[in-house]
Amino acid sequence: MRKLVSKIVLLFVCLSTLACLAQSAGADARIAKLEQQVLEAKGSADNAWMLVSTALVLMMTGPGLALFYGGLVRKKNVLATMMQSFAMMAIITVLWGLVEYSLAFGSGTSFIGGLQHLFLRGVGAAPEPDYAGTIPQQTFMVYQLMFAIITPALITGAFAERMKFSAMALFMVLWSLLVYAPMAHMVWGKGGLLNAALGGRFPTLDFAGGTVVHITSGVSALICAIYLGRRIGYPHEPMPPHSVVLSFIGACLLWVGWFGFNAGSALAAGSLATSAFVATHFAAAAATIGWIAAEWLRNGKPSALGAISGAVAGLVAITPAAGFVGPMSAIAIGLIAGIFCYVMVAKVKARFGYDDSLDAFGVHGAGGTIGALLTGVFATSVINPIFKDAQGNAVASGMVEGNAHQLLNQFVGVLVAWAIAIVGTLVILKVVDMTIGLRVTDEHEIQGLDLSQHGEEGYYWEASAS
Amino acid sequence: MTKIEAIIQTSRLDAVKSSLHEVGVEGMTVIEVRGHGRQKGHTEFYRGREYTVDLIPKIKLEMVVSDEIVEKAVQAITGAARTGKIGDGKIFLTRIDDAIRIRNDERGDAAL
Repeated sequence: MRKLVSKIVLLFVCLSTLACLAQSAGADARIAKLEQQVLEAKGSADNAWMLVSTALVLMMTGPGLALFYGGLVRKKNVLATMMQSFAMMAIITVLWGLVEYSLAFGSGTSFIGGLQHLFLRGVGAAPEPDYAGTIPQQTFMVYQLMFAIITPALITGAFAERMKFSAMALFMVLWSLLVYAPMAHMVWGKGGLLNAALGGRFPTLDFAGGTVVHITSGVSALICAIYLGRRIGYPHEPMPPHSVVLSFIGACLLWVGWFGFNAGSALAAGSLATSAFVATHFAAAAATIGWIAAEWLRNGKPSALGAISGAVAGLVAITPAAGFVGPMSAIAIGLIAGIFCYVMVAKVKARFGYDDSLDAFGVHGAGGTIGALLTGVFATSVINPIFKDAQGNAVASGMVEGNAHQLLNQFVGVLVAWAIAIVGTLVILKVVDMTIGLRVTDEHEIQGLDLSQHGEEGYYWEASAS
Repeated sequence: MTKIEAIIQTSRLDAVKSSLHEVGVEGMTVIEVRGHGRQKGHTEFYRGREYTVDLIPKIKLEMVVSDEIVEKAVQAITGAARTGKIGDGKIFLTRIDDAIRIRNDERGDAAL
């Protein structure tokens, strides 16, 4: 009897042990599945935000920039000006897919990427952890594409009302390959010389493209304006904007779209995106105030065009800083940029006499430069612990935190951007000028680009057309 | 028949039209023009650049009236258009050879 009982007890113990083991193995599997689902949910949130950001940045070009620039030119050039932005949406997209993404974000040298992603090979649903570990690489690629679109579109402001459409298209393709792709690679690409996040030799803090987008385009714009020469009649003939209303609408679309530009550069939907969003907004507001205050003092009246120009200047300046600074620093950066860019546009341009028609250099070149330098001043690891020591602890980012050395790195980044823009643009201008010619004929310029380049009129308000 | 061309301030158009209707002038052409006499223009600022705008928007009225009511029409215009400041405008009178109503070929005063 006792032997039977002990056998039953033994059996019972074995069976319950087995049952426990089976249950914990089941629990492990369920926990692993849960962890997987959490990761997917977080990835979904990030991806959703990034796709929205992508759309917002495209909106900045079309219709944001198209309207902003379109309203500033004379009526006879409105379509041609808008078409230049739109053409970028078409041409750069294809170029990016074929080769430019690979050159910018592939692995190569410190200066340029390789060809492993030619025709977007290998760019699919799987994340690229060096860039953004929670979203498909395809999302990253298409997001960056929108930056590659708007950057050359910004340059069109410098040679507005006098550049041949064909020459512009060729120029932009060459510029994208020789200036944008290398600069993007150096600041954001794997192994880039200036990459702060991935251990570049001269880590330049550039959250969303102060150097990559604004300095390169703005400085290139200056070179173009000087090389092409002034518009016929400039500066003694009055050429006021034909529709500040269009420019106003464009500027508002730029402000809203910029949230995708800066906050989206967090590449995730977390608190850093929020921080960048807030910094962006405060800088735009402060810069608006800065510009119209300066204008009010100098001219006696605050203009609508001044207000929107100020906002854009602030948005440009906060672009490199957005994910590194707090809201109060953003206000300071915006205020400084608003006043600085106003002086560049209202005084310096007239002093030197270059015809940067739509102030691409005065706002983007100058704003980007001052923004990049101020990033070195105001960056703090409290917002974004981008620099870490050997133990993985955050170290100071910018000057206010005790790292004045970063200002030097920012200088290097700024210098590289200026240098590549100047040299690259001069070479390309020469090549395009020698092959197909850059500028329209005097007759076509006077007739207006809408008719001479595109055979259209922007507004057809004839009494007979009823 | 006399043609009356009157250049007036844009803000006085409604008053002048009412005044002309009261004296029996029913037909007129209204044109938006720009110009100046002795009136100075204004300055506008775009991104720090100063533009002097010296062509000022005005309204030009044209009408052809029979000689009996020319003087009444002129008084109606001046009475309604005058503000007393420089920029009020001017009226010019020219003799008209003939007038034809397109609808039914009527000529002369009957066509007015």
